[in-house]
Amino acid sequence: MYVAVKGGERAIENAHRLLANARRGDQSVAEVTLDQISEQLGLAVDRVMSEGSLYDRELAALAIKQARGDLIEAIFLVRAFRATLPRFGTSEPVDTGAMLVQRRVSATFKDIPGGQILGPTFDYTHRLLDPSLAEGFVPETPATAETSAALTPRVTDILGRDGLIESSPEAEDGASVGDLTREPLNFPADRDLRLQNLARGDEGFLLAMGYSTQRGYGRNHPFVGEIRFGEVEVEFAAEDVGFAVPLGAIELTECQMVNQFKGSATEAPCFTRGYGLAFGQSERKTMSMALVDRALRARELGEEALAPAQDEEFVMSHSDNVQATGFVEHLKLPHYVDFQSELGLLRKLRKEFAEANAPDAMKEAAE
Amino acid sequence: MNAPAYNFAYLDEQTKRMIRRAILKAIAIPGYQVPFASREMPMPYGWGTGGVQVTAAILGPQDVLKVIDQGSDDTTNAISIRKFFAKTAGVATTTATDEATVIQTRHRIPETALHENQVLVYQVPIPEPLRFLEPRETETRRMHALAEYGLMHVKLYEDIARFGHIATAYAYPVKVNARYVMDPSPTPKFDNPKMDNCPALQLFGAGREKRIYAIPPYTQVVSLDFEDHPFEPYRFNAPCALCGAENSYLDEIVTDDKGGRMFVCSDTDYCEGRQAAGHHGSLSAAPYKEKAHG
Repeated sequence: MYVAVKGGERAIENAHRLLANARRGDQSVAEVTLDQISEQLGLAVDRVMSEGSLYDRELAALAIKQARGDLIEAIFLVRAFRATLPRFGTSEPVDTGAMLVQRRVSATFKDIPGGQILGPTFDYTHRLLDPSLAEGFVPETPATAETSAALTPRVTDILGRDGLIESSPEAEDGASVGDLTREPLNFPADRDLRLQNLARGDEGFLLAMGYSTQRGYGRNHPFVGEIRFGEVEVEFAAEDVGFAVPLGAIELTECQMVNQFKGSATEAPCFTRGYGLAFGQSERKTMSMALVDRALRARELGEEALAPAQDEEFVMSHSDNVQATGFVEHLKLPHYVDFQSELGLLRKLRKEFAEANAPDAMKEAAE
Repeated sequence: MNAPAYNFAYLDEQTKRMIRRAILKAIAIPGYQVPFASREMPMPYGWGTGGVQVTAAILGPQDVLKVIDQGSDDTTNAISIRKFFAKTAGVATTTATDEATVIQTRHRIPETALHENQVLVYQVPIPEPLRFLEPRETETRRMHALAEYGLMHVKLYEDIARFGHIATAYAYPVKVNARYVMDPSPTPKFDNPKMDNCPALQLFGAGREKRIYAIPPYTQVVSLDFEDHPFEPYRFNAPCALCGAENSYLDEIVTDDKGGRMFVCSDTDYCEGRQAAGHHGSLSAAPYKEKAHG
C-alpha cells in the first residue's frame, strides 16, 4: 500500500548533519582555519569578495570554508548576508592613480613613468607541478628595494593628455551612481549599471564572453593599456563633519583596455576605452570585464551590435552566477505536478495519433 | 567578525516598504508585472525567492502561514520555507488551508476554496508569458503596453494546427481584468479556473526576474482560448486512490517497474481532510483493502 511521503523535515535535518560531516572530512586531519584560507587561498577570497560584492576577507574566508571550497556557493553566502546590510551612503570615487601599486604592467609602452612592476604573478612561471610545495615549504625572502617616490600615473591618462584616447566622461556633480542591488534593472542600462553588473558577474562567463570578442564575435582590437594591482584608500564624505573621512584601504585590480579608434567627420579619431575593476588581485576577471565593457559600448559608439558580447540584455541577464546557479539547480526541485500535466497531454496526443493511424482508419480513408 | 542580526521576517523594514509599494502598484494594475529591487535571499534563486520576499513583506505577527510545493505541505522545499518563517518571524504555521491567512505556493492552488481573509502568494520562475515567444524584455514590455497579444494567439493556433489541441498543459496563459496577459506560474491548467473571481488576494513574486504582479480579489481571469477550441482543464480521469475524490488534481505515483501506477490527490491537506471525514479510496487502509484486491 502506498503511504504518502512524510518525514521531509527529518530528511532535511539529517542531510544537513551529513553535510556538516562531509565538510569537516576526516577528523584526524587538522581543521583548516580562516586565517589559512585568507592567507594561502587568497585569490579564492578575492574572487568571493568581488563577485559577492562585499569587501571582508574574514567573512569571505568563512564562506569558502562553509561552502567546502565551492566558490559560487561561497559567493552566494556572502551575497545573502550583504543583502541584509543597511546602506549608509556612497564612498567618494577611489583614486586608482594614487594606488600603492604592487604590480603594474602595460602592454602598450615599453617603459612608463613609475616603471613596469611585475609583482606577484603566475605570468612566466612554468606550469610544472611542484612537489616541494606539498608540505613544509619555506619560500625565500622576497627581494626588496626602497619604495620609489615616483608617481605612477595611469597609462590611459598619459594617452588622454594628447587626446589619443577618448576622455572618460566626468560624473555630474551630485549625480548618484546606480545600484542594481537596490533598484530594479531596466534596459537599456547606463554604463555605471553595466560595470556594476560585470564587476559582480561570473568570472568564467565574462572570460568566455571576452574571449569570444577576441575570436571575432564583436572584435574590438584591444591592447592592455595597463593593469595595476595594489592598495587604495576609501573615503566617505560625512555630512556632519563636512569633509571626506578615510574609511580604510582596500586592494583592487584595475584594467584599462585601449581599443580600436573611432572618429567621424566632426570628431578626430581616438582610441576607445574598456574598463575592468575588481577587489583583490583578479586579473583574469578585470581583463575579461574590460573586453566585455568595451563590447557593450557598441550602441553608444555607433557600432553594429551583432555578437553576443555586444548584446546588453543577453550579457547582463546571464552574467550573475548566483542567479544562474539557482535557476539551473532549481530543476532538481519536484516538478511532478506540471510533469503530470504534460504526461496527460502527451498520452492524449499519442492516443489520437494511434487512432488516426490505426489500420481500419487507414482503410476507411482509402475507401 | 560582523555577526549577522536579522529583522522580523528576515528583510529590513526599508526593503519591505519597497516591496509593499510594488505590491500596491501590482494590485492597482491587475496582471501587470511591476519591477522591484529583488534582494538576495538566503535560499537560491529559482527556489521561491520571489514568493519569500512577498510573504516577508506582508507577514504580520498575527498571521498563520501555510507553505505548499506541488500541492503538498511536506515536500522538502515547502518545509524549508515554512521553517524559515517560523524561525525568522516566529509566526504560527499550519497545513490546513482554511486556517491559513497567508499561503505561499509553488505550482498549485489549493483544492479548498479560498476566502476573503486570505492571501495566496505564488512563487514564479518566469513571470513573462511572452518570454518564450520573444526573449527580449524591452520587446515584451512594449507588447504588453500596446496589448499586442497576437503572437500568443498565433502560438496557440499553431498548437491546434499541429496537434489538434492547445499544447500547453501548465503555466497556461490567462487574461486578467480584460487587459494584461499573465503567466499564472507553472500551475497545471486544471487550477486556472480557481483564479477567476477568487475572494482571496493573489500575489505573484519572481525574485530572480525581479517582478511582482497581482490579481485583486474578485477579478476576472480568463484562460486564453478560441471559440471552437474552448479552454479545457485537464485532470486524469480517476478518483484519488486514498480519499476517493473525483474532482481534485492527481499526482501519478509509479508503484513498480511493471507499469503499476496509482493516482492520489496532489493537495495533501485536502486529501487528509477527506480521509479524516471518512472518505476512502481504492488503496486506502482497511476496510477498503478487500475492495482494492477484489
